[in-house]
Amino acid sequence: MVFMAITAIAIARLHDLFAVVMLTGMFSLLGAAAYVVMDAVDVAFTEAAVGAGISTVLMLGTLALTTRVEKISPPKNVLGGLVMVTITGAILIYGTLDMPLYGDPMAPIHHHVADHYLSKSYLLPGTGTGVGETGLPNVVTSVLASYRGFDTLGEVYVIFTAAAGVLAILGRARFARRPQDGTETETAGSGDADAKGGAG
Amino acid sequence: MRQKIILRVISKFLIPYILLFALYVQWHGDFGPGGGFQAGVIFAAGFILYAIIFGVATVRDVVPAAVTRFLLVVGVLLYSGVGVASMLLGGNYLNYNVLAATPAGGQHVGILLVEAGVGITVAASMITIFCTFAGRRPEEQPDGVEEA
Repeated sequence: MVFMAITAIAIARLHDLFAVVMLTGMFSLLGAAAYVVMDAVDVAFTEAAVGAGISTVLMLGTLALTTRVEKISPPKNVLGGLVMVTITGAILIYGTLDMPLYGDPMAPIHHHVADHYLSKSYLLPGTGTGVGETGLPNVVTSVLASYRGFDTLGEVYVIFTAAAGVLAILGRARFARRPQDGTETETAGSGDADAKGGAG
Repeated sequence: MRQKIILRVISKFLIPYILLFALYVQWHGDFGPGGGFQAGVIFAAGFILYAIIFGVATVRDVVPAAVTRFLLVVGVLLYSGVGVASMLLGGNYLNYNVLAATPAGGQHVGILLVEAGVGITVAASMITIFCTFAGRRPEEQPDGVEEA
């Protein structure tokens, strides 16, 4: 957690975007380590693979298309922002005061449907009579794929939509540019070079 | 990065194990940590590593754009199709109990198929997004067109 705070401060201070992307990946990896400490191995796995891996690569791809140094705009109205952040942070901390302690077995979230999932999903040999409702030792998987199948279906649609959106916006761009000989929104020199590349 | 021989050799050595590990995570997700989402991302990471070292065009030779777009749809349809199949067999949408002789066996089949659908869609969309991003050249460079 301390390392995560240090990394976050470093990200806010740096202007070299390449280093910022690398530090963001590090932040995700530290977050994954924090999840492991809290015994949420599946979440940690996802965080390490998606946060530290794929999103870093995607950011690097974006950097390769744009520039790697942040444009510094002069700060304006620093005091107002500081007051706003302080008030919001204070409200958030005040909100956490009501929450049950971490790992509290009497917390309401552990008594709605979690009891049912944990006790019925998979019966350990010797303690029950069958294989339970799903027969899967990993409760996370049984909740994700079976009890909450509709949620997961929605997530798959979200990912599908993301890929479809990227294809719709970026995938067709180079085909659309070719018939116009690269004259749209470009300087004449690069447009000519682009047209040559398109012809060759 | 085609000239860096260490990167080429080491990545060629590593990529099969990355793909193998992704498959392990995919099919072992019922018993240990993992599942379709993580496996899809790891599987795509193998291809992305290949693309970074050998170029996006080389990866597009292995998995053409048409293939990833097709798989993108296959995954979603597999997931939805399991739901429709369970409806046709007399249950509710996505109720796996009716897919096999016993409810637990049906759950096994359903979860396995659903996770496979998730993995296929996630891997295909990650490869698609990366190749679409990386396949674009900055506007200044002359080689604006690349075979996709």
